[in-house]
Amino acid sequence: MTSNAFGLIYTGETNPMLRDLALSRSVAAVPFGGRYRCIDFILSDLVNTGVTSVGLITQKNYHSLMDHLGAGKEWDLHRKREGLFMLPPFMTKENTGLYRGSVDAIRSCLGYVRRNPQQYVILSGSHTIFNMTFNDMLARHIETRANITMLYNEGEIAASEEQNLDLRLLMDESGRVNEMELNPFSPRSAYRSCDVMIMDKLLLEYLVEEAYSHGDYDLTRDILLKKCQTLKIMGYRYDGYVARLDSVNDFFRHNLALLQPEVRNDLFNPSHPIYTKVKDEVSAKYGENAVVKNAMLADGCQIDGTVENSIVFRGVSVKKGAVVKNSILMQGVSIGENCLMDHVILDKGVVVRDGRTLTGYDGFPIILKKGTTI
Amino acid sequence: MKKRIVAMLLAGGQGSRLGVLTSSMAKPAVPFGGKYRIIDFPLSNCVNSDIDTVGVLTQYRPLALNSYIGTGQHWDLDRMNGGVFVLPPYVTGVDGRWYTGTANAIYQNAEFVDQYNPDYVLILSGDHIYKMDYGAMLRFHIEKNAVATIAVLPVPMEEAHRFGIMNTDDADRVTSFDEKPKQPKSNKASMGIYIFNWKVLKESMRIDDENPDSTNDFGSDIIPAIIKGGLPVYAYPFKGYWKDVGTIQSLWEANMDIIATPPKLVLNDPQWRIYSRNPIMPPHYVGANASITQSLVTEGCRVEGKVHHSVLFSNVSIEAEAEVYDSVIFPGAVIRRGAKVYKAIVGENSVIGEDAIIGGELRLGDQVDNSLTGTITLVGNDISIQSGTYLPQGTVATEDVCGGRSL
Repeated sequence: MTSNAFGLIYTGETNPMLRDLALSRSVAAVPFGGRYRCIDFILSDLVNTGVTSVGLITQKNYHSLMDHLGAGKEWDLHRKREGLFMLPPFMTKENTGLYRGSVDAIRSCLGYVRRNPQQYVILSGSHTIFNMTFNDMLARHIETRANITMLYNEGEIAASEEQNLDLRLLMDESGRVNEMELNPFSPRSAYRSCDVMIMDKLLLEYLVEEAYSHGDYDLTRDILLKKCQTLKIMGYRYDGYVARLDSVNDFFRHNLALLQPEVRNDLFNPSHPIYTKVKDEVSAKYGENAVVKNAMLADGCQIDGTVENSIVFRGVSVKKGAVVKNSILMQGVSIGENCLMDHVILDKGVVVRDGRTLTGYDGFPIILKKGTTI
Repeated sequence: MKKRIVAMLLAGGQGSRLGVLTSSMAKPAVPFGGKYRIIDFPLSNCVNSDIDTVGVLTQYRPLALNSYIGTGQHWDLDRMNGGVFVLPPYVTGVDGRWYTGTANAIYQNAEFVDQYNPDYVLILSGDHIYKMDYGAMLRFHIEKNAVATIAVLPVPMEEAHRFGIMNTDDADRVTSFDEKPKQPKSNKASMGIYIFNWKVLKESMRIDDENPDSTNDFGSDIIPAIIKGGLPVYAYPFKGYWKDVGTIQSLWEANMDIIATPPKLVLNDPQWRIYSRNPIMPPHYVGANASITQSLVTEGCRVEGKVHHSVLFSNVSIEAEAEVYDSVIFPGAVIRRGAKVYKAIVGENSVIGEDAIIGGELRLGDQVDNSLTGTITLVGNDISIQSGTYLPQGTVATEDVCGGRSL
């Protein structure tokens, strides 16, 4: 399982459409699937590929992310040689420490890139969730002698209203990318980038330095879009489930999609486990009045009310008589007696006192930010 | 480097009264409480009491235990200095031998303890379920100026004859010790938890080892000898939940104790967490027609049927129309569609076939050897029970049942 590649994850994406979910944390640290954070998926994908060195570029609000990852022990990335490298903003005479975009960010950690003995870099963002390994993609990259291989999947032809980093690939029969569109008004291709690409690390260094000398700072907009013709960029198709956390609606939809067995089995494929920080919570406890239907619940929960069509994170309590439907309750949420919660997203530690009612709508779930009490 | 106290955990017991559950693993590795193994309790108690050096003495079927403990990182016992060590018996020149008794196991590993030159040694056993601050016991030991302190639990007088009983004076000093007395003089039962001054213990183990008639046991040899020698031995009164889970009945009861309302043993205690090796599974899923009440369910489970008053371990699957009552289902077990499980312990990775009945009423002509199980039905590890099988209560299924006794 050794791999001639290292991982480089850029967590600097910002997205106002995630509203309160990404207010005090980076997108990478947004909770997902009952006990995970967004970052756990790409990090586990890399580990399951056999990658032993992963650099993680942080930009803003990375407190929560660092707290989650620690030394990388839970991903088996706490190693003597290599392992997990946190690459926080870096201030030098030519760098203010605040990156304008991914080029600035990667440029500030070229030291890490150069030091790695592996030849290839698997470069990824952090807001896309899927469960795969990159071994075959890397083999194909080498076989096709591509300069860059980009991961994509087939999405909808039409652009969603909440477009965010929507990069479409137009390819010929051989899979070579001729053209790309970023956030197109009406996309000409259903093939959407999954925010992962493989290239030789020397090429990355070259592209980053070149872009920087031209005053460019965005890897996608300033390099990939312009260089489709001069570089050999190949697409690599992925057919599994892909969840992009582009907006609150996407967050809501993809979380609840875990209630479908196909999605669950795909994202939690037992041969490629998804690792996360372990909290040593006790098992979930169901009381005598518990009524739970079609729901996913994590450890440490105490359920004595009704929970339907919902995702319930670790350590949530739902008291007697309370009804929770079509909702996402994050870690440590407490729902008092006889409450009614429908289409709500309650962030970590929200406390709902006895008898409260809160109802959102499909397409506009109500979010309560971290630590709110109502 | 010197340590003030080193813990030695006796995990060598075969646990023969647990029958098929311990045919492939030592008793301390038996699952308990939804996501733990029995040994998680003493190990977590050590860590929570700031004891960071633990020797685990194994002898019987150590593989499951060895691989479970690993480097100790799940208990935060992978330390630069100290940590957890698995100590099997070993050969020295010509006369290596198995551990002949609890004290002998410690005596053979005196070199391990000596590395840390501790003032005190804490002796624990790997088959009890309880939460205890050993630090408080050590303070008691030091305050009393004792050379040995034995944790004791008050038990009902009518049950005292089943335990090792400490007779004490008003200041908790032990005056005599009776192993399973017919006429108990006190109700202070030894919990099998001892603190010794290491120098004194080493010396009495040496003397004991030279006595060919000795059973090399703490309860019956070492402690009586120290008391007889006139040295101060004290009984530390423990208050709280403690259970020896050495039998099928007590293992089942202890699991039921944690789902009782209110629970007799509170596991959801942020101040005193019980740590365990994590199975790396997604949260559990509850199906649209499922019903779960008064139960514990953990990561990796899929429940489509009915579960009442039961404990499900990780990665258990309860299919649609299956029903589980008053039972303990070990990791990876599958209860197929329409099967019914009443008051049973189902072993790891076992499969209960469709419409099978486990723990049904005894019918006329049923021959059941329930000497180990009483009214509890026990299905061993990795057993497949064929569809439609009827297992009357008290049965022990030790091999695949192929419909021989179908409905």
